[in-house]
Amino acid sequence: METLKDKCAIVGIGQTPFIIDSGRTELSFALEAVKLAIEDAGLTPKDIDGFVSYTCDNSASDTVIATNFGMPNITYAGQIPHWGGSGCAMVAHACAAIVAGLAKYVVCWRALTVGAFRSNLWNPTEERPFFDNAEDFLRPFGWTRTAKDAMGMYWMRHMHEYGSTYEQLAAIPIAARKHAARNPRALIRTPLTVQEYLDSPFELEPFRALDNNVKGDVGAACIVTSAERAKDCRRRPVYVMAAGQASGPLPGYSYEMWNHRPVVTETAAKYLASYLYGMAGVYPEDIDVAELYDCFPIACIAMIEDYGFCKKGEVGPFVQDGRIELGGQLPVNTHGGHLAEGYIHGFSHVLEGARQMRGTSTAQVKDAELALVGSAWTCPTSGLILRR
Amino acid sequence: MADTTGYDKALPQIRPDTAPFWEGCKRHELLVQRCSDCGTFRYPPRPMCHECNSLNTEWVKVTKGTVYSYEVIRASTPATPATAGFEKDLPLAVVLIELPEAGKVRMVSNIVGCDVDSIKIGMPVEVVFDDVTEEITLPKFKPVVQ
Repeated sequence: METLKDKCAIVGIGQTPFIIDSGRTELSFALEAVKLAIEDAGLTPKDIDGFVSYTCDNSASDTVIATNFGMPNITYAGQIPHWGGSGCAMVAHACAAIVAGLAKYVVCWRALTVGAFRSNLWNPTEERPFFDNAEDFLRPFGWTRTAKDAMGMYWMRHMHEYGSTYEQLAAIPIAARKHAARNPRALIRTPLTVQEYLDSPFELEPFRALDNNVKGDVGAACIVTSAERAKDCRRRPVYVMAAGQASGPLPGYSYEMWNHRPVVTETAAKYLASYLYGMAGVYPEDIDVAELYDCFPIACIAMIEDYGFCKKGEVGPFVQDGRIELGGQLPVNTHGGHLAEGYIHGFSHVLEGARQMRGTSTAQVKDAELALVGSAWTCPTSGLILRR
Repeated sequence: MADTTGYDKALPQIRPDTAPFWEGCKRHELLVQRCSDCGTFRYPPRPMCHECNSLNTEWVKVTKGTVYSYEVIRASTPATPATAGFEKDLPLAVVLIELPEAGKVRMVSNIVGCDVDSIKIGMPVEVVFDDVTEEITLPKFKPVVQ
């Protein structure tokens, strides 16, 4: 069956710095990032005819951005729901639109400012029934609005069932800091030791103060086009070998309602993994580098397991001994991720996957040919396999 | 356990599909929805059975639970703020209870009568009821004395 495999490529990427208290609008970050991506691709704004965005984005509508740039005609506009689960799906939908002939050069973008995060959303009501469940059956018992509770239940159960430890979990932020130390864009570039991590007090056990991600005002964008048109762009194309979304069963038990599903110790990535590898025709051991959503260390460690890099229940030992650091078997989040570079609902992971395939990462994996990018723990989640 | 004055924490809204559950709580009964046609339990309540797609539903009273997982909110910080009204209850254990009498569906609740540091995954519990306001009773769980 025909799929989008190898038919499209990421040809331009643009990411603004992360700025604390910028005083600027989300629109200004969106425009800056999109401009950088267009220039990176060697295109002009007049070439752009398609847009895909997150429904949780509030920077501007695609038409406002197109107007600012003086783009002559938009023939495709898409939006992907499900919060941080959208990032890779946006590229998937851009590829689908291009393969279907709906657009030639599609912009995917995300811009956020810390102060306005979650306000004035494009589509605040689309998850109403699921949110109603959270407000009625979780909040009255003290469930927080931090997105930590459901993941906390996962990790407490994972430690109980598989003997995973906090020392093992520490490998995630430790690797993020090591990679961020090489990344001038990163907000936190200092190293972290296991002892410092374990000494960090619990806020919402199992989460500690050092489990929090770091935030700034930022914008990021990429341009997707056909493999054929990619040859005429400025940079080495980054081919999309596989892209898609998956939810697993009972997808309404997403996000905060996660723990009502039959199995707690897995994420929707488990249901996406075989689909992605199948489309690409590769195996987990063929992946050279992984950029996996890390709003918190638990979110990231869960996906390392679910994308098949180790057996079920064995991710604790897997992430130890430098295995997920540059030079190790599977470097993870070579930009420092949300834990050390900065938070942008996973879109920076898409860009970093592209950099790895171009050979331009600040923590470049030698001879990397395949990158896996994983978006957030939502239903559905989304992922990409990129190749040189 | 009634304290109907000044309850400042989140309360559930009563909706058409969930009203029987909250009415049951008010009567001090923990009712779990079961499909009348194939017997599959589901929680929280919703209109359709996910196994057989029947819209026929009944409600089954249960009393027992097992701690499946839990979290302990130990501090309210800017990065991890406690939900409004709960700041004074810290450390607060929010628990995921498995209901063996209801097809092992799970529900979120609190444990009462137990130090947060004594909570163990697998410990047996039974339901108790907290009449937090005139209109709303919340189901909570206490350890079974063995």
